[in-house]
Amino acid sequence: MVVKQIADEEADRIFHALADATRRDIVRRSIDADHSVSELARRYPISLTAVQKHVDVLVAAGLVVKQRHGREQRVVSDHGALTRAQHLLDEYEQLWRRRLSRIDQILDQDPQGGTA
Amino acid sequence: MSVTSIEKDLERLTMTVTAHYDVSADRAWQLWSDPRQLERWWGPPSYPAAVLEHALVAGGTVTYLMTGPQGEQYHGYWEVVESNPPRHLLVRDGFADASGTPMDDMPQTLMTVGISDRDTGGVAMTITSQFPSLEAMEQLMAMGMDVGIREAVGQIDDILTGAPSR
Repeated sequence: MVVKQIADEEADRIFHALADATRRDIVRRSIDADHSVSELARRYPISLTAVQKHVDVLVAAGLVVKQRHGREQRVVSDHGALTRAQHLLDEYEQLWRRRLSRIDQILDQDPQGGTA
Repeated sequence: MSVTSIEKDLERLTMTVTAHYDVSADRAWQLWSDPRQLERWWGPPSYPAAVLEHALVAGGTVTYLMTGPQGEQYHGYWEVVESNPPRHLLVRDGFADASGTPMDDMPQTLMTVGISDRDTGGVAMTITSQFPSLEAMEQLMAMGMDVGIREAVGQIDDILTGAPSR
């Protein structure tokens, strides 16, 4: 059985990080624009400390990075995970393109079909 | 080329492929409902698929076996969630062990198929695949999707050796 070695621990951290709705929302927002932790905290019915904890989980998973701007901590998306998602879906796209080209051949050869 | 669009949602880990064919919906449905047709396109030529069980009804199971050039075998299965011929199919696609039993530690891909008539004739077939997580997607790509990648290598070999393309 072919099972490639994958970075299990990293995948676990990402999976755990994205299992929470608030954290997913923070990731989404930080892709669009940078936000400070206090800006983010105003958007959720939870404490600043709780938001900070969420951000730390995302940082540990490599999904966002914190950048210090003066007194402010800004949350910036780390495209690493999304880049991996893009890469994997690109591979998956190739798989389906090949399947569809085989379907093309089948339908070209046998447009009426049989009694299935 | 019949592929008209491929959309990817990186956050939802979803890919939707749409293709147009100049055939009837019944004919397009046969690609899924006739195991002999299904096995001609599901697996790559280098990993041909053999469909073993084929109960394409809600609650039914489809099982298949893909065999590689060195005799490597991948068992796969679909758990059929919904089946409304010739329009709609919803299955969970996963890997099974050598006895055909679903592997609990391997994630499933949720696959939705829609076949609709086009105003201009023919059908649009839409296939949406959804992965449960990035981790799951990596696991799946590392294992069975490998099969898809190897095919590309095989096709390049064909081109390099002047063999007719498949």
